[in-house]
Amino acid sequence: MRITIWGALSLLFFLGLTSAQPQPKTIILATTTSTQDSGLLDVLIPIFEKKTGYFVKTIAVGSGQAMAMGQKGEADVLLVHSPAAEKKFVAEGYGINRRIIMHNDYIVVGSSEDPAKIKGMKSSSESFKKIAATKTLFMSRGDNSGTHAKEKVIWKAAGINPEGQRWYQQTGLGMGQTLNVTAEKKGYTLTDRGTYLALKKNLGLDILVEGDAILLNIYHVIEANPTKWPKVNAAGGKAFADFMVSKETQEIIRTFGVDKFGSPLFFPDAGKKEEELGK
Amino acid sequence: MKFDIFELVGNQEKVMDLILEGIKKAFYLLITFDPEVMKITLLSLQVSGTATFVSLLIGISIGVTIALSKFPGKRIVVSLINTGMALPPVVVGLFVTIFLWRNGPLGFFGILYTPTAMIMAQTVIATPIVMGITLAAIQQLPQKLRLQILSLGATRLQMVWILIKEAKLPLLAAVMAGFGGVISEVGASIMVGGNIKGYSRVLTTATVMETSRGNFDIAIALGIILLLLAYFINLILTQIQQRERPR
Repeated sequence: MRITIWGALSLLFFLGLTSAQPQPKTIILATTTSTQDSGLLDVLIPIFEKKTGYFVKTIAVGSGQAMAMGQKGEADVLLVHSPAAEKKFVAEGYGINRRIIMHNDYIVVGSSEDPAKIKGMKSSSESFKKIAATKTLFMSRGDNSGTHAKEKVIWKAAGINPEGQRWYQQTGLGMGQTLNVTAEKKGYTLTDRGTYLALKKNLGLDILVEGDAILLNIYHVIEANPTKWPKVNAAGGKAFADFMVSKETQEIIRTFGVDKFGSPLFFPDAGKKEEELGK
Repeated sequence: MKFDIFELVGNQEKVMDLILEGIKKAFYLLITFDPEVMKITLLSLQVSGTATFVSLLIGISIGVTIALSKFPGKRIVVSLINTGMALPPVVVGLFVTIFLWRNGPLGFFGILYTPTAMIMAQTVIATPIVMGITLAAIQQLPQKLRLQILSLGATRLQMVWILIKEAKLPLLAAVMAGFGGVISEVGASIMVGGNIKGYSRVLTTATVMETSRGNFDIAIALGIILLLLAYFINLILTQIQQRERPR
């Protein structure tokens, strides 16, 4: 008797779950944790789904992992911010129609004590040189994300290899958590402005270096190449990419974050050339 | 490193404030039946409940069978099952993901990043736990009991059923251990589920996300709700476990 009751209950359970099955038109969007954490996608995705009837599975991982997914044909469209790796991705034939969507910028943050005295410096690579010279703690994402890639570019510009040095630590975590670890240990780190603004209230880190041209953080949308991976939802990927560059979406991006943080988190750039971007 | 007593006390206060904020948030979310929280709580229960149920069926049936049989290499099989209890959930998640990739062996199902995939991964995690404890529970029963039951005229099937009832206490502990293992699991759930809002997001994956966003009060609140959920389920299971058999 009891078995039948349990059986019935579990059947109800399972039925309840199957009702949550995806609609036939599904798109896998591989994107970065910073785009998801900013909350922008929570606004844009429902609009897109309502408009087109697609069901979007947003998988937020680092840019590196997002492109690895694209390379294996496990994602239909990518929204990432790691330009050098993206160019390689497209050159190797894994992605098509790489289009610019928006940008914001990176900033170097640290405790107000600023032992390396980098506050107000104009050049991020020079500030990195000072951090290395004073051997002050620097926290790196260390996860092949777009932020990590940018950080490596700046170290290269500074002519320094920080790998293996005691003051250079890699968390392997997302931006929010890395910021928390940095604040806890009173170190320095490179972060995108959006995540910093979102966490600023409880964080205890100050903006020390900003505005350097190299600190531009540019987001592109890339569709997975269906000739390489036939199982890719090419139409869905294109629909999403087209949506991201559309006038209405770009307008939403332009004002996103103003009410909550006082300034927009992203600057829309669809149709522009990468070289034109500036402050 | 300077030791500042005022800073230490101050920090304790900050931590207590944060936890208090979390508790208040948890109450608020529950009392107002916040729809998103209700959805992820229900999904946690559905996914882990189904996984525990399936692992219960597989684990107890195979566990009882192995416990009651004799065959060469039994020790090795038992130690493999016991090792299965130590399977790292995140490794299970990685393997299930690779299998469920579109271009992987089970890709044609198209169930990666769905609650179904989460149930699959959680079943793989929970089954060895239920199986291993069931094995020990049945092996613990006195040898003579089997013969006694058979000599009273029971069929083999009836005997197995009676043995299971005799081992009710540890068997329910096995189910609770299996459930506990998967309701609290996050690594596999994030990997195979994708933490998709309103679809494959559960309490554990939402907690990780809110923490990485720096929303500690929400993260603590979700943690408290998860504990409450686990408590109520285990309350029911413990009632069943501890109920005295009518004599």
